[in-house]
Amino acid sequence: MAHTTAQPAQYNYAIVRNFTIMALVWGVLGMTAGLYIASELAWPFLNFDIPQITFGRLRPVHTTLVIFGFGGSALFATSYYVVQRTCQTRLWGDSLASFTFWGWQAAVALAAISYMAGYTQAREYAEMTWPIDILIAVVWVAYLLIYVMTLRNRSQPHIYVANWFYIAFILATAILHIFNNLAMPVSLFSLSSYSLQSGVQDAMTQWWYGHNAVGFFLTAAFLGMMYYFVPKQVGRPVYSYRLSIIHFWALIFLYMWVGAHHLHWTALPDWTSTLAATFSILLLMPSWGGMINGIMTLSGAWDKLRTDPIIRFLVVALSFYGMSTFEGPLMSLKSVNALSHYTDWTVGHVHSGALGWVAMISFGSLYHLVPRLWDTRMWSTSLIYLHFWLATIGIVLYISAMWVAGIGQGLLLRAFDDYGNLAYTFIETVQFLHQPYVVRALGGLFFVSGIVIMGFNVYMTIRQGRREQAALQAKLA
Amino acid sequence: MKHETIETNAGWLIVLTMIVISIGGLVEIIPLYFINNTVETVKVDGKETIRPYTALELRGRDIYMREGCYLCHSQMIRPFRDEDMRYGHYSLAAESQYDHPFQWGSKRTGPDLARVGGKYSNAWHFQHLMNPRSVVPESIMPNYPWLKEPLDYADIKDRMRALKAVGVPYSETSEEYQANVERFGKDVADQLNILKARENLIAQAGSGNYDGNPEDISEADALIAYLQVLGTMVDFSKFEEGYFAEFR
Repeated sequence: MAHTTAQPAQYNYAIVRNFTIMALVWGVLGMTAGLYIASELAWPFLNFDIPQITFGRLRPVHTTLVIFGFGGSALFATSYYVVQRTCQTRLWGDSLASFTFWGWQAAVALAAISYMAGYTQAREYAEMTWPIDILIAVVWVAYLLIYVMTLRNRSQPHIYVANWFYIAFILATAILHIFNNLAMPVSLFSLSSYSLQSGVQDAMTQWWYGHNAVGFFLTAAFLGMMYYFVPKQVGRPVYSYRLSIIHFWALIFLYMWVGAHHLHWTALPDWTSTLAATFSILLLMPSWGGMINGIMTLSGAWDKLRTDPIIRFLVVALSFYGMSTFEGPLMSLKSVNALSHYTDWTVGHVHSGALGWVAMISFGSLYHLVPRLWDTRMWSTSLIYLHFWLATIGIVLYISAMWVAGIGQGLLLRAFDDYGNLAYTFIETVQFLHQPYVVRALGGLFFVSGIVIMGFNVYMTIRQGRREQAALQAKLA
Repeated sequence: MKHETIETNAGWLIVLTMIVISIGGLVEIIPLYFINNTVETVKVDGKETIRPYTALELRGRDIYMREGCYLCHSQMIRPFRDEDMRYGHYSLAAESQYDHPFQWGSKRTGPDLARVGGKYSNAWHFQHLMNPRSVVPESIMPNYPWLKEPLDYADIKDRMRALKAVGVPYSETSEEYQANVERFGKDVADQLNILKARENLIAQAGSGNYDGNPEDISEADALIAYLQVLGTMVDFSKFEEGYFAEFR
């Protein structure tokens, strides 16, 4: 009979399950789009003279699907799970939570379709047209409200550290999204708009947004994920409570200053970019504070690396986090940036963060989450190992290729011959890029194969969970 | 205050977080509006030479954004010897003061375009847009054959009005027109007149004949008109050596 099993559901897991599934759907689609545009750069015939799939229109599809579709859905899923578990209370507002789900999925889908149709604001990572921006703002306010109300309903006196990071991410994203997207629509019935600011001020605002999309959306929030799932999976408490306090406040304070390092040597005034470079170097400390706190949580449990593939994902994620937060300050030095800016080195840097840190910590967390959400075990552990190796090899191929491409092109472009003339034309450097571009696409293929295998494994796990539930129900009846 | 107070009180956590994350942006963005030499003064004989885009150039810029050109081409030349030799004088802040949004870009998969205006003929640009590899065999740029399609300029006045609302000096009243005559000279002021936007657009496409087909106004007409004006508004020979360095 039903009443023997159905307690009033303590937690809202339905919303977490929905976001988990969509994280994987967007992950597969977005990374496939990335693989395709990488291939277009290696073999331009792949543009096929079809407007909707040319590089310029598909590239925002790739970034939007992976950042907001995959990353965003993974963050909604894990934050809704973590806030319930750590506050030991049910998520506030069931129907509002469903609204955040449908609103967010609609925003991501509409954004991708509209770019392919040629509707864009032409601001990197903020390409969505103004009606989609409004939808996102409304969803985000609902998200904040749900989160805060759930925190207020907590039955624990303390707010766990993971929630500090999630809250900072929600607040910062709201501010960044609203101020960076202020624009004047051409008319009420036009999707086109022109940004409120222009030129140098617009550039500053856009990269204040752009770098903090990295700092808060892709870092602070995923640190929230790390602070829950690493201790849980390892079965040990967070290494240092004091370190978590210091690096939290330092990280969220310093990040907001560094955006202008994307504008070194441009028409932005020197004082602004110097300030940004200074804070970028300072940022190394709180970044490594988080990395050390995560890695050291494994002290005394390192042996689990041999037996638990999920811990491998988490540890490799933290290692890439440490690596890319070292590389970032390095590239923010003006003399290094003079070489690296405008080249594929930047692209490689972004991907060592996005694939190595963001995607790997998400995979690890989702592998932890899925069996608990569907009340079963993962269908196949060996497929998790296979995914781990495909992803890791893929990242290494990707970033090595981009180092060669970026540093190589940077050096070629500034080379002079004996007479003081430029040694290479621009197009000669493009020819040089072909081989690294092929290797990069191959790395992408490895990475995409990994997430496809994960999708299959999760699908089989869900099916298995449902069968076990049905069998249990049948026995009880 | 003990940290425990913050950890046990969601209100404190939110308020303090908001304060801490607001400071960086405020300090770096607000002064850019108030420090006078952030954007250079570029005047020749008392007239500003950097002007808003004409109606046709504006539609060309819209197409540039629609196709995501900014994802592979920058419009920001840095003050380095190699960039000076390859692209020309480093970019001024003033040169993008009417760019809503800015299109400086962040990646050069193709070359910088900040001073591409006048470097190649209209015919070269058209051929290059239709089939880049027919003029640059090693190019990896996509073909853009659909730019032969007719240009839609039905909403050109709405577009200029929207830009006017965010501060671009297009004119609608006779006072605004007169102010533009003072500021840019009569020829430019005529091009900035919203009421004459359609005639101006048709006239420029006809006389410019950017796509080699005088019969109709294509998207390529607009895009090439835009590319041909990039970086051409400042005549650096008219300024003393070191004048622009004062602003940095």
